Amino acid sequence: MATTASTATAKPAEQQTEVRRAQNPVLKRLKRYAPLFIMIIPGVIYLFINNYLPMLGLIIAFKDVNFAKGILASDWIGFKNFEYLFKTEDAWIITRNTLLYNISFIILNLIIAVGIAILLNEVKKKVAARFYQSIVLIPYLISMVIVGYLVLAMLSGETGFINKQILPLFGIDPISWYSEPKYWPVILVIVNVWKNVGYLCIIYLAAIIGIDPEYYEAATIDGAGKWRQITQITIPLIAPVITIMTLLQIGRIFYSDFGLFYQVPLNTGELLSTTNVVDTYVYRALINLGDIGMSSAAGLYQSVVGFVLVLLSNYIVSKRNRDNALF
Amino acid sequence: MVNTKDKIFQAAIHVFFIAVVLMCLMPFVLLLTTSFTSEASIVKEGYSLVPSEWSLDAYKFLWSDAENITRSYGITIFVTLIGTFVGLSISALLSYPMSRSDMPMKKQLAFYVFFTMLFNGGLVPTYIIYTQVFDMKNSLLALIIPGLLTNGFFVLIMRTFFQNSIPHAIIESASIDGAGEFKIFFKMILPLSLPILATIGLMQTIGYWNDWFNGLIYITDSKLFSLQNLLNRILLNAQFIQNNASTLNAGEVANAQIPLETVRMAMAVIGVVPLLCAYPFFQKYFVKGLVIGAVKG
Repeated sequence: MATTASTATAKPAEQQTEVRRAQNPVLKRLKRYAPLFIMIIPGVIYLFINNYLPMLGLIIAFKDVNFAKGILASDWIGFKNFEYLFKTEDAWIITRNTLLYNISFIILNLIIAVGIAILLNEVKKKVAARFYQSIVLIPYLISMVIVGYLVLAMLSGETGFINKQILPLFGIDPISWYSEPKYWPVILVIVNVWKNVGYLCIIYLAAIIGIDPEYYEAATIDGAGKWRQITQITIPLIAPVITIMTLLQIGRIFYSDFGLFYQVPLNTGELLSTTNVVDTYVYRALINLGDIGMSSAAGLYQSVVGFVLVLLSNYIVSKRNRDNALF
Repeated sequence: MVNTKDKIFQAAIHVFFIAVVLMCLMPFVLLLTTSFTSEASIVKEGYSLVPSEWSLDAYKFLWSDAENITRSYGITIFVTLIGTFVGLSISALLSYPMSRSDMPMKKQLAFYVFFTMLFNGGLVPTYIIYTQVFDMKNSLLALIIPGLLTNGFFVLIMRTFFQNSIPHAIIESASIDGAGEFKIFFKMILPLSLPILATIGLMQTIGYWNDWFNGLIYITDSKLFSLQNLLNRILLNAQFIQNNASTLNAGEVANAQIPLETVRMAMAVIGVVPLLCAYPFFQKYFVKGLVIGAVKG
C-alpha cells in the first residue's frame, strides 16, 4: 500500500525528469545499471589480465624475444620457432605421448568408473555405499605431489614396497623403476585410474540415482534379471552423461595433467621418452632451458590444436543433442 | 531361493568394494608405517606395512627443524584464506549481473567469460606477463592471483544458480521498495546463495590448498614455499632436507645421520594428514561441488 501511494505522488516529478532525460536514453540506461557495471569491474579486469593478455601474448611465438628490446619491439621471425620445434624428434614424441596417454585414460577411466558406479548403486546398505563412495574419492582429493610420494614408496629402487615385498614373493629380481622408460606407460595409466576414477564414478553415480525407479520395477515384473536391467536400462539412460563427459575429455585430449607427468616420475631425465608430454615439454623449455622460442611455439601449437578439438567435440555433441552441448 | 541369491550377490559386491577400499588406502597406510619405521630396518628390509622396528626418529628430526614446516603451513593457510575469499567475491560480483535478465550487454559479458574456457594463452605468455609486466616472481601474490577464478567455470555455475534459484520478483519488489543494487546484492542475494557460495568456496579452498604449480614456476626463494612446494622440493630432492637443515643447526646434524628416507615420508604424512582428517566433515559438500561442476554451468 505504502509503495503505491509513494509512486503515485512521485509521478509528476518523475514525468518531468523523464522529459529531460528522454533526450539521452543511453545515458539514462547506463545510470540505472551503473551499480551492476561497477560490480563486474574486478572480474572483467581480472580476466583481461589473467586470460586475455596471455592470448595476445601468443604473438611471442612468432618473435625472437629479446628482453632488452622489450617483447613488443622484438624482431618478427615468422614461423622460424615452429620450424625448429618440428625439426626435433621431441615434437613427435610429445604429440604421440600426449595423445596415446589421453586416449587410454579416457577409455579405461570410463569403463572402470561406470562399472564401479553401477555396482555402488547395487549396494543395499546405504551406509556402506556412502562409505565406499567417500573412500574412492580420497585419491582425487589429494595433490599430485602427495601422489608422487605414494608412488615413490611403492616403486623406490632400493627400498620400495614392490621391489622389497611383492617381487620377492614371485622370485623376481628388483627392477629399477625410475630408470626404465618401458614400464612407465603402465605405471602412469594405473596412477591416473587410481587418482581420477573416483571423480568420474561420482558423476555417473549421480546420473544413475537420477533414473526413475519405475523402469526397474517394470523390468522386474517382466522378469528381467540384474544383467539385463544394467545393459538395457542403466547404461542407455546414462549414455547422455557418458557422452558429455567423454567429449569434454576429448576436447582436452591435447592437454595433460602436468603433475602426473612431472611429479610422479620425479622429473627424471631417463624417463622422458615415455613421460614427456606437451605440458612438461613447454615447462622444461621455458623454466629449465629459458628457451622462449621453442616453448612458446609448442604452447601455441597446443592452444590452437586444443581450441579446434574443443570446438569439434562440442559440434559433435550439439549435433546429437542440442541440450547437451556446452555452447 | 531368490533371497539367498540376492544375499550372495550382495556379499560379492561387498567383497569387491572392500578390495577397492584397500587399494585406495593401502598407499597411505604404507606412507604412515614407513614414517614410523627405524631407518635401520628400512635399509634392511625396505618399506613395509609391518616393519620389524618402529621408531619416532623421523618426527623427532622434523620437530627439531619445525621452523620450515610451520612457515610453509602458515603460507598455505594465508594463501588459501585470502585466495578463496577474494576469488569468491570476484566471482559472485561478476556472476550476479550476468544472471539478471535486464542487464544490458549480458550476452557479450557471458561470452567474455566463456571464451576464456575455450582458448588460453598457455604457460609461456602467462609466465612472461606475470613475471615481466607485473613482477610477481618470488611474491606471495603469484600464489594467489593466477588461481582466483579458475578459468571462469565457477562464474558460470554461480550465474546459473542465481538465475534458477532466486526469483526475479523478489529483486523487483526490493527495488520498488527503494533498495539500491548493492543493498539487494549484499542483503538479499548473498544470504539466499549460501549453499552455492559454500560449495564453490570449498572447491576453491581445496584448489589453493593443493596448488603447487604456481609455486613451482614463480617461487624460487625457499622462504616463500607453501606446504606443497616444500613437499615438492623434498620429493624431487631428498637432500633438500639436509641442505636446509644444516644451515639451521649444523653441528648437531652433521654427526647424527639424518634418517632421510623416513623423514621424507614423515613430511608427506604431515602434509596430507590434516586434509584427510578434515575430509569426513566436508565430504558431502565436496561431492556436491564435483557434481555441479560436471554439469554445465
